[in-house]
Formats: sequence, structure tokens, C-alpha cells
Amino acid sequence: MAHSQPKLDTSPPVSDEIRQTTCYMCACRCGINVHMKGGKVAYIEGNRDHPVNKGVLCAKGSAGIMQVNAPSRLKAPMIRTGPRGSGKFKEISWDAALAIAVGWMEPIRHEAPEKLAFFTGRDQSQSFTSFFAQSFGTPNYAAHGGFCSVNMATAGIYTMGGAFWEFGQPDWDHTKLFMLFGVAEDHDSNPIKMGIGKIKKRGARVIGVNPIRSGYNAVADDWVGITPGTDGLFILSMVHVLMKAGKIDLDYLSRYTNAPVLVNAAEGPEKGLLMRDENGKMLVIDRNTGKLTPFDQPGVRPDLSATYEKDGVTHRPVFHLMADRYLSDEYAPEAVADRCGIPAARIRAIAAEIARVAFDEAFELDQEWTDFRGEKHTKMIGRPVSFHSMRGVSAHANGFQTCRALHVLQILLGTVEVPGGFRFKPPYPKPVEAHPTPHCKATPDTPLDGPHLGFVQGPEHLALKEDGSPARIDKAFTWENPMSAHGLMHMVISNAHAGDPYKIDTLFMYMANMSWNSSMNTKGVMEMLTDKDENGEYVIPHIIYSDAYSSEMVAYADLILPDTTYLERHDCISLLDRPICEADGAADAIRWPVIEPDRDVRGFQTVLIQLANRMKLPGFTNEDRTPKWKDYADYIVNHERKPGIGPLSGWRGKDGSKTGRGDVNPDQLNRYIENGGFHIEHVPAEATYYKPWNADYQDWAVGLGLYDSPHPYLFQLYVEPMRKFQLAAEGHGERQPPEHLRKRVQETMDPLPIWYETDQTGNEGFTVNALTQRPMAMYHSWGTQNAWLRQLHGRNPLYVPSKLMRKHGLKDGDWAKVSSPHGAITVPVMEMAALNDNTVWTWNAIGKRKGAWALEEDAPEATKGFLLNHLIHELLPPKGDGMRWANSDPITGQAAWFDLKVKIEKAAAPADLPESQPVFDPIASPVGTGPAELKWKVGK
Amino acid sequence: MTELPASTTRKMGLVIDLDTCVGCHACVISCKGWNTENYGAPLSDQSPYGADPSGTFLNRVHSYEVQPDQGAAQLIHFPKSCLHCEDAPCVTVCPTGASYKRVEDGIVLVNESHCIGCGLCAWSCPYGARELDLAEGVMKKCTLCVDRIYNENLPEVDRVPSCVRTCPAGARHFGDLGDPDSEVSKLVAERGGMDLMPEMGTKPVNKYLPPRPKDQIEEQIDVLAPLLAPVAEEPKGFLGWLDKALDKLPGGNA
Repeated sequence: MAHSQPKLDTSPPVSDEIRQTTCYMCACRCGINVHMKGGKVAYIEGNRDHPVNKGVLCAKGSAGIMQVNAPSRLKAPMIRTGPRGSGKFKEISWDAALAIAVGWMEPIRHEAPEKLAFFTGRDQSQSFTSFFAQSFGTPNYAAHGGFCSVNMATAGIYTMGGAFWEFGQPDWDHTKLFMLFGVAEDHDSNPIKMGIGKIKKRGARVIGVNPIRSGYNAVADDWVGITPGTDGLFILSMVHVLMKAGKIDLDYLSRYTNAPVLVNAAEGPEKGLLMRDENGKMLVIDRNTGKLTPFDQPGVRPDLSATYEKDGVTHRPVFHLMADRYLSDEYAPEAVADRCGIPAARIRAIAAEIARVAFDEAFELDQEWTDFRGEKHTKMIGRPVSFHSMRGVSAHANGFQTCRALHVLQILLGTVEVPGGFRFKPPYPKPVEAHPTPHCKATPDTPLDGPHLGFVQGPEHLALKEDGSPARIDKAFTWENPMSAHGLMHMVISNAHAGDPYKIDTLFMYMANMSWNSSMNTKGVMEMLTDKDENGEYVIPHIIYSDAYSSEMVAYADLILPDTTYLERHDCISLLDRPICEADGAADAIRWPVIEPDRDVRGFQTVLIQLANRMKLPGFTNEDRTPKWKDYADYIVNHERKPGIGPLSGWRGKDGSKTGRGDVNPDQLNRYIENGGFHIEHVPAEATYYKPWNADYQDWAVGLGLYDSPHPYLFQLYVEPMRKFQLAAEGHGERQPPEHLRKRVQETMDPLPIWYETDQTGNEGFTVNALTQRPMAMYHSWGTQNAWLRQLHGRNPLYVPSKLMRKHGLKDGDWAKVSSPHGAITVPVMEMAALNDNTVWTWNAIGKRKGAWALEEDAPEATKGFLLNHLIHELLPPKGDGMRWANSDPITGQAAWFDLKVKIEKAAAPADLPESQPVFDPIASPVGTGPAELKWKVGK
Repeated sequence: MTELPASTTRKMGLVIDLDTCVGCHACVISCKGWNTENYGAPLSDQSPYGADPSGTFLNRVHSYEVQPDQGAAQLIHFPKSCLHCEDAPCVTVCPTGASYKRVEDGIVLVNESHCIGCGLCAWSCPYGARELDLAEGVMKKCTLCVDRIYNENLPEVDRVPSCVRTCPAGARHFGDLGDPDSEVSKLVAERGGMDLMPEMGTKPVNKYLPPRPKDQIEEQIDVLAPLLAPVAEEPKGFLGWLDKALDKLPGGNA
């Protein structure tokens, strides 16, 4: 047949209309173009103008269309008709649902508001949900940070007034060495991919530190397959080598950190605190004059070396204490190599490369700037080494100190907020003192006395009642975990079930799959949720749950308030919350209903407003008792947190001419929609780096409403609030830890980073590290049931390193029994060579309960899929001291998911064992199952 | 059997950077989305919520482990779609003329109205790049987004295949590989771009950029060692060094 070709129309119409909104397939919050045909969603692509993703979009984002049509979408409010856990419900009206919820919540508010525990999971509206909880008056509110990466956030804020996470980013345009610790994927999902692509194109080196060589670590030029939980030791060893070689930025340390600040050495209640003048300003020795002076005076050159004699006591600067500690041979590469699983030569090579790039490849930008001491600088000095880190470091019981160690390394190199280094995104930097402290005073019919969550600066800020017992149901901000800035969502159900510290009446949760992959001890949690007391009543009397999808948690609630999908709702991604800024600009964004729901569902935030209006909560009610807002869109536009400052910063003022501060603009949402769903205000050139100390940045931030007054501050290599907790443990002050916690508080609350072993007591015989990751196509997503995504990641074998495969005589597809002191699972295995020799892992949240997510009961997720959660308990195995210790970081309460140690044994042949163990009974699906075939084309 | 054109005016294709591909599958799903809604029959999914979900994809990412003689194992993410071969066996094997290679740009397409779903082309393709859509019974394959790249309804910057537009890491490049001066040809020259399975004689247009050498940092230790020479062996010596070093700072006494 001779060549012939048909005539093609290569310019077919693409869509009727593009609607621009914000993705919600994960926490990255990219801008998306939703192509519409005939009023239906035809195609989703990235928005090229958007500051986060600049046009690109990940697999989740493009699969959003399958999330909007998912058969697992809940259809209407429901009330439970079968026993809890059965999944049996009947649909009811919104009026009835709201009346039931108010019927449970209102009496609590009149009597004891703390009996409502309101916890939100993948919530992107925390400034609003916390406002609701505060107005209701319960101290029991938090989102899911406590079981996610609170160590990362908290260590960053205390050390440098900002964190990795999505609160900062490497200077992708200038960095020449990028080192990742424990990152499978992150909230900053697309920006990291874009950044890695950009720097690799320039030939910059990427070093990946992760026991598992997948994803970013697979493209890293050098891979460090570290032993889990030893990152802090590795980092402190590099600190040792770099300090010893003098490869540190002394000028930066003396100007911008508390390294030169004198530490009180006199015995007594102030030992170890920073020396201050009568105005509370930290004191240094001025190298020009040799005199004691406040750190911030014009012309002062803080001395990193000089000491101060007073009353026969020598007071030394922080930097001396650091030299004492980190020059010790206990941190020499040779001393840590075996524990870290990294040869000493490799540690030295990496440290040397860091030193070379930071100092030999230093560069200057011709950009003038003025520091907070009033000194003018003609240039900005670039140190092109940048770091990023996330859950792999965070989710260990030594995670806080490890994150601190990493920040101290960055700061010693002078690579934070300089060209080529790590940069904050507005509203960060923000010193710890500028954050709220926790509030917990519950009074009937009264709002809480302040924001729930915050940053303690000493024992006086702990959330304790007068008798010293925990004020919060999750025991956040107690001696067990003093700096638990994000709360401890993973402890709520077990504490509520145990009535410790007290019983609650109503558990109200949003987008949190606590009866499945978001809880440790999953089976135990299911039992706690269904347990009854001696009167035959549920121990946790009422459970209200809101979700858009038929997740496993739905079956365990009494009342379901069905949420919309992300294309059917209003939202604001606010500067009051966790915004979408870039280092060069303050940005926020909205979602708006690009389609209307075809079910009887309502956006959760609107439902909260409707509940608040029925209860006439103070913050939601005008003086004449009328509601302030009818729905969330109304709140987004018309709420003012302070005069002139509201959820959205763009197009404020009556005519939309103001940014940041300005009157309410009734047309604000339309202006956002016209602009593609977002607003960005760029940082001026002279303010782009050195933000914590840059007078121009500080003024810009005040103008925008990020702060009320300039807040220059020093990086806290030495974290004084931690020392205050140690002093209490040493017997000083009115609030002191209970006896059983004294030693631990003293040991762990070290104001300079330390490393300690996290191996769990009672784990003898369990020697293999077991980890989870989430695949990039599902990270932080609520879409593992998505028809397209589950074809990428519908199965999760246990990946086992070659050495352990041989040792246990395993082949791909064999089954293994994996046990921990807490439980056992039996699962399929697959060999992986690019993996730490003594670590096994699996993809998290692939495994499903039969009947959930509108999947058929024989879906591989429900038969072969499994959770490691069954092996992890919220408490450590007993130590024989009569107490049960939490499986959390002792400083922040961060859930220590990644401290898990297991034992592996070959199990029965697959023919005898068709399903991963344990198997749970199916739950009834309130939405049925999906269609047998999809041919999704909305156009002609 | 169907003839190939004697030559094509341009050789449009993809250059895929295996050094940068993080294996995120963004290209896979963007392709699925565009091509479900656009050219030809939708890409259907069988058992999408059941035991063996299997749909039609025009682009898939596979991951392969590589164990070098020395050093740690590596993981390579390998996106794979039709390579728009110059000597495309899938065209010549087609009994109906449905499979064809376009003269103007070399894109290999299937004319769905002539396709009988016999599957010969998929059998003949050494790359496994074609998939029979089970709902429609026609062969589906990468079109290089022929309905995007010339589409005057799209802004010019968007006239690239959807996989290229969406790739977060910038690992996918699109252009004329027949033009030695094109950006993609230059990239191939600079980075040693490779044909996939050249021994098959298909002359693929798409090229792959190989991963750069990995895990080399320790070999560089000799060069770097002086960087870490201790300033002093004893802590006291360190403080002495510190004093001198501080004097050398701008504004210092030295």
C-alpha cells in the first residue's frame, strides 16, 4: 500500500472556557487551568503565571478530573444506623444534620467546652478552623502536624524563625550544591522538582541522604544510604569537621546569630541563660571596644571569642560552648561512621565538598542593603550551598534535635538567607517571640483565652491546669512534650478513650483517616472508637466527621457532613495560614466553584459557619445577634483579623487599590478570579536576602501587614527557652516537671543540638528498620483511590534489600511475616538493591479496608495492600518502670513513625495465603462501588 | 502492508533526560488527560475501581535498578512512549494503511477509522509503545499531541506535547531532531543523546540523554582534602585560631 495520509484538523477547539483555580490534590497548592466543555471539566493543566508551579503540574494535579468524578464521593449528610464501624448509614437533610450536631455541641459549650475535641487533618484553612474552635471555647484543636513533621517546623522556628517544609526554599537560581535529607516528596512538590531540574541543568551537584534511593534520591549525583535515625549524628560529624577546619562563616556568625552572646555561668536559677541588659537585650562583647554591650547597637562588632568576668565567674559566649561540644572526638567521622552506616572517608568527602562550594565558590551580588544595626552593605555575599529536609529526619524521636543540628550546620556555613543558600518565603522569617504562645483556658459559653497553638518560651507557657494536669486532651504543651507546637492529633483518640487526662463528649474531625492510615496502632484505634462502657454507651459518645470521600474513617462516625471536591468550593490560601509564597514574593490564592456540586454536599468551612451561626458563637455573630457571614466566601471577603487585615491580601480597599492592609473590598474574589486565582506582591530587590536583618525587608513586611513592627532578630544556635526547661528540671522555678520526667527533660532539652539513640526499649530481637514513603503521584493526597493514579501505584509490596532477601531465602512475590513488639503482618515482598542494607520499606496509604473508597472488595489495595501502622504503637513497649512512654519525640510530641524496628521471617507460599494479614471485615460502602469501565470524554 | 514516506520534511520528537527524570509520572497522567479528551477515541480504563485496573496509556514510566560493578545500586526512571521511528515497523506491518507516518513532521499516527484492531503493529513494535484500547477496539499510541503542536487555539508557548508542558523537572524536550541547529539536536550532541535499542534498526527519532556518572564524591577526596586541614588539634588551639581569624575579618584589627 503506497504511503497516504488523511487530512487532519490540527487546530481543533480546546475548550469553551478556562477557569483558573487552585489545586488541592496535595499540599503544594499549584495554580491550575480547568478547561471546561459544556459546563463540564474536560482537562486540567498547570497555570503558567502561577508563582508555585509556573505552568507545570504533577500526576496528582492532572488526575484531578478523576477526583471530581470519583464514585467514592459522599452524596448527602448521613446518620449512622448500624453499629460504629459497620458503615451502615441513612441519608438525612442538611437541616437535620446541623440540628443533630448543634444538639451535641451546644450543651458542651454551656457546661465544659473542652469536651469537644475538634481536630482537622489535611486542612488548608487552619486559620479559619482554629478561629471556629477558639470561638467555641475548646482548648482541644489542632491539625495533623503533630503526626506529620512538627519537628521540622518547630526546630526551624526556634532556631531561625522559619523552617524547610513549604516555608522556605533553596535559592534555585544560584545554588551549586543541594543536599536533601529524608525527602521522598514534600509539600513543595512541584517547586522541588522544578528546582532540581534547574540546578542539574547548570551542573550543580545534588546529594541525597535517604535510606531509600527513589525519586529525588535516584537522580542525586551522590546517594548516602544512611541508617535511619542517625542523620543528626552524621550532621554533627560534619559540623565537627568543618569547625575543626575553620570552614565556617565567622563574620555571619558574629553579626546575625547568637554565637557571640554571653551565657550566664553563675550557679543558680539563671545558669545557662543568655546575659541581658535591663531592657532584656542580649549582651555581647564589642570587639572594637572590648566592652559589654547590647547586641544590636550601631557599630558593634560582636566578639565570638571574648569572655566576660563578673564576681569571679567567667561568662563565655555561645560559640565557646559550641567549640567545647562539637570539636570533641566523639563527633569525629571515624567515631560515628559505623552507627550512621557511612564510611568516614565519605563523611569527610561530603564535608569537604560543602566547604569548597560554600567558601571557594562564594560570589557577590551587586546589591546594596542595610542591616538592622544601620550598617550599609554594598554587596550580598553568596554561599551557594543549600539544604532541604523533611519527614525522614522529622519522624524520629530524636527528630527535633536532628532538625536543629541541620539548621546549625546551615548557619555555621552562613548559608541561610544569602544568595545561593536557603531562603525564607513570606510571612517568614518570623522570630519565635513574634508567634503566639499556646492558650488553653476553657470557660463555659466563652471563647478560648487566645490561640490554641504556639511556641512556648518557658515552663510558664505550658498548657497545664492549676493542679499541673494537662489542659488539652492530646497533652500537648506538657512536660511529656513541651514544644508540641502543632498538637498531637495521633494521641487524641487513645487519650479520649482512656479518659486521660479527662473524658470528652464529642470528637469532631475533618479529612483525617484516623481509623486507618493516619493512626498508629490502627486496630487498637478501631477498637477504641467502637468500645462501649458499662452502660452500653460508646466510650467516646459522639463522633462527627467531614470528608468528601468514603474513607475508612466514615464508618466510625455517627454523623457525616459531606464535603465538596476542590473544584466545587471556595477556599483561601491565606497569609494568615500557610500561604503559597515564593522567596521573592508574598502570595495568596483562592479556590472557587468552577463547577457546582451534583450532590447534596457543602464545603466544610461553610458548614462550620452554619454551625457557628446556629450556636451564635461570639466571633461569628454581630452585636444584634445576626450572623456575620452566611458562608465561607462571605467570610473570606469580609472577615478582618485585625482592622484592615483579612484572609486575602490582594485587592483590598474599597476600590481594590490596596495590598496587605486595607478595607474590605466586596469585589475581591472577582479580582482574584480575573487574575488567575492568586495574588502576588514582589519583594523589593534590596530586600530579597538577609530578610531577618534587612531593614528594607522588615519595613516592606510591616507595610504588607506581615508584622506590626519591624522584628529583626538573631538566629538561635543556642535555644534559650530549652535551657529554661532544663533549669526547671534541675529544681528551679515554680513549675517543675514531675519526678519521672525530670531526667528526660534535662537530657533532651539541650539548648545546643545533640544526638541520641532512638532504638526502642523492648525491641530486642527486632533489628531491621522499617519505613514508609508516599509515592510522588500520591504524596499528601486524598486520591489514592483515583482511577488513574491507582494504576500507577495500586500495589505496595514490602521492599527488602538484597542482603536480607538472601538471608531469609526470599524471592520476589514471596510472603514474609513482619513483626514488631506490638504486632505482626504478613505481606508480599520485592527485592530492592538501591536500599540501605538493613532497612525495609513500603508505600504508605495504598492499603485499603474492604468496602472503603468505592473500590471493589477484591481490589489489590484491599487484598495485597497493607499498612505498617499495625506494627507501630502510640506507646513504646513497657520498660519495666510501671509507665508507658509515648512513641513520640520528647520535645515536640512528633509521632516517631520511623523509629520502627522489625523482624522478618519467610511465610507460607502465596497459594495458601491469598491476602495480606491482618484481614479486617469489610465495611458497608455508603456509596456503592465504581463503574466497570471508564470512557471519560466530556466533549463531542 | 503499508509504505513509509521516502523522507519527512521534519523529524519532530522528544528528548528525554534520564539524568533528571525523578519518576513522578506527571507526564503519564497529563498525557492520559489530554488524550482521553482529545484526538480519537478516549483512553478507556477497564476495572478502574476493581481487582485488575488496566487502562490505555500512551506514555508510561518504568523504573529499573542498575547495579554497577563498583558502588551502590542506582534507580533509573525511564519514561517510554512511541519513538516515531524513521523505519517504523508498526507502519509497514499495518494491513489496512491505518498506521502511517506523516510526511511533514514524521509523526507516526493511527487513522482510527481504518484500524481493525488486529494488533500486528503492537506486535511489531520492539518498544511496546502501542496499546489496544479495549473499549474502542482500536490501536492507540503517542500522537506527539498532533492536536496541540499546531493548534492555533492554544497560545504559541503551549504548542508542545502535554507531557512536555507539564514535566515539573524539565526532563522532556520537544523539537525537530532533523535540524542539527535545533535546541533538541544541540542538547543531544552536548549530552551524548542515545537511540533506544539501535540494533533493532528502527532509527527512532526520540532520543534519551543518559544519566551522568553517580557516586563520585569520594574519588575527589584527594583534591578536596586540604580544605579540611584542621586549624588546630586542641580546642585551646582552636580558640587561638579564632582570635586571629576574627582579626582578619572586614573591620578587624589585622
